[in-house]
Amino acid sequence: MSAQTPAILAEAARLRALFDAAGAHPVEAAILQPADLLLDLYGEDIRARAFTTSDPLHGEQMLRPDFTVPVVQMHMASGADPARYAYCGAVFRRQEDDPDRAREYIQVGFELFDGSNPPHADAEVFALFAGALGGIPLRMATGDIGILIAAIRGLDTTDRRKAALMRHLWRPGRFRALLDRFSGKTQANARRQKLLAQKNPFRGAGPEIGLRSRAEVEARLATLREDAATPPLPAAQVRLLDDLLALSDSAPAALSRLEDLAVDMPAIYGAVETFAARLDALSDLGVDTSRVEFEGSYGRTTLEYYDGFVFGFYAEGRHDLPPVATGGRYDALTRVLGRGRSIPAVGGVIRPDLALLIGGAR
Amino acid sequence: MLKLGVPSKGRLMDKTFQWFGQYGITLSRSGSEREYSGVVNGIDDVELVLLSAGEVPRELAAGRIHMGVTGTDLVREKLPLWHVQVKELAAMGFGQADLVIAVPDHWVDVDTLDDLDAAAAAFRARHGMRLRIATKYHRLIRTYLRTHGVADYQLVDSQGATEGTVRHETAEAVADITSTGETLRANHLRMLSDGPVHQSQATLLLSLTAPWDDAALHAKETIRARLGLRE
Repeated sequence: MSAQTPAILAEAARLRALFDAAGAHPVEAAILQPADLLLDLYGEDIRARAFTTSDPLHGEQMLRPDFTVPVVQMHMASGADPARYAYCGAVFRRQEDDPDRAREYIQVGFELFDGSNPPHADAEVFALFAGALGGIPLRMATGDIGILIAAIRGLDTTDRRKAALMRHLWRPGRFRALLDRFSGKTQANARRQKLLAQKNPFRGAGPEIGLRSRAEVEARLATLREDAATPPLPAAQVRLLDDLLALSDSAPAALSRLEDLAVDMPAIYGAVETFAARLDALSDLGVDTSRVEFEGSYGRTTLEYYDGFVFGFYAEGRHDLPPVATGGRYDALTRVLGRGRSIPAVGGVIRPDLALLIGGAR
Repeated sequence: MLKLGVPSKGRLMDKTFQWFGQYGITLSRSGSEREYSGVVNGIDDVELVLLSAGEVPRELAAGRIHMGVTGTDLVREKLPLWHVQVKELAAMGFGQADLVIAVPDHWVDVDTLDDLDAAAAAFRARHGMRLRIATKYHRLIRTYLRTHGVADYQLVDSQGATEGTVRHETAEAVADITSTGETLRANHLRMLSDGPVHQSQATLLLSLTAPWDDAALHAKETIRARLGLRE
């Protein structure tokens, strides 16, 4: 099926007009994007999701898998703050598992760069999307990576362990394995214990070859020894973190649960206050927050750049479909692409083809 | 006519010919050593198609051959939807090879995937690039590392002499097939202890997309019966 039937284009134009009316400046992005930047940001996984092509003069290129990265780059290079942008165009996604999933579809997006009141900016983007999709029966899911980050920072353990957990926040399986190890639930195996106890751990090992030097191996052995001597994470803190990750409720109910958790986890207090301010702003903007769901783990399996508020709009009872709309806050991405500069930013995209499929023409 | 795709040279071809020979199906090359055409005796309506082992998965998926012999590593690497495109009829008991991830033996701190992940994080912080793993099995390795939550690596393509890439500093680790581990050891590499990514062997495969005429169907049933395979 073509990505651009007249009906889909009309729906895209309708959504785009709503974003324009919200004060957005229209932007475009090249379809061919340099692969090295995307690879650096997302890692090898992007190769499974984006089409790669070669350019004899400019090296490897990718068909744009989304607009966010080029829009952030453009803004960080030239934009004045605050700014709001809207775009509409095709994105391309490789599908390795399901031949029925679209490889090419239109995204209509809105991005808001404004550091003056982040919870309000979050609410404004969400309310804009909820309004644009109003009338379509959609489940509204939200989460807050900022609360998880604050919880990890507040753990009673070494910075190295916190950094390891933070790095794998978006890989739940490995995150769990790290948590089990740091809390003493799983022990280092006998071979590892023997290695760390050895006077000369390199005895019998092969010659030093490759770029990773003997010194780097020694540095990691020192890290492993230090970690082996680190006391386990207190069980009570692991339980609190598990409670936070398992939280799933309507947003107002989740807020009172989070406020309870913050009593025992004071590190998340500030992030929970931000969450409360966002909920207030949502109500002020006319969103029925009792219909907004909050999941403690929401956003942990999506793209790695979201680091605050995250949201998605889903067709009820249609688990076979991707979300109709997704978005979130990505302050850290602006830091990576801004070469030293950063600015709080939040945004999202809607798929007009899915909005049409679920809601019908309006 | 049933088209049977078989590796066109080397041990894999010889062993395949022997294997079918046990069941009274005699495969041989016709003409000179260099001519890629074959002869089938002992069964009717089977045409031998000599191919590179790497092309057998694609030809099966496209339905241009009805049956084929190749390694399961190549099937899984080249056909993301292999389970709906081909069916594994029989493991043939030769061509065994493990797809493994191997690191320099002097990395005494790296024994498992968990270590590899931690080493990759430190390597990236120090060298400003992701840890490079040389391989030709991009899809299998990427899927495996994603499933196991390994980050901060990149795959670099290596179609041959992969074990040499670490010494030449074009990669920090390798992912390749090995049967005895001899080449890895000779190049001062050691496989991770988590076990192989995939255990491959020569396998007789059936195309699920090929068109069948009466003669081909009859030949298929004859082969099944000779091999003692049930429907």
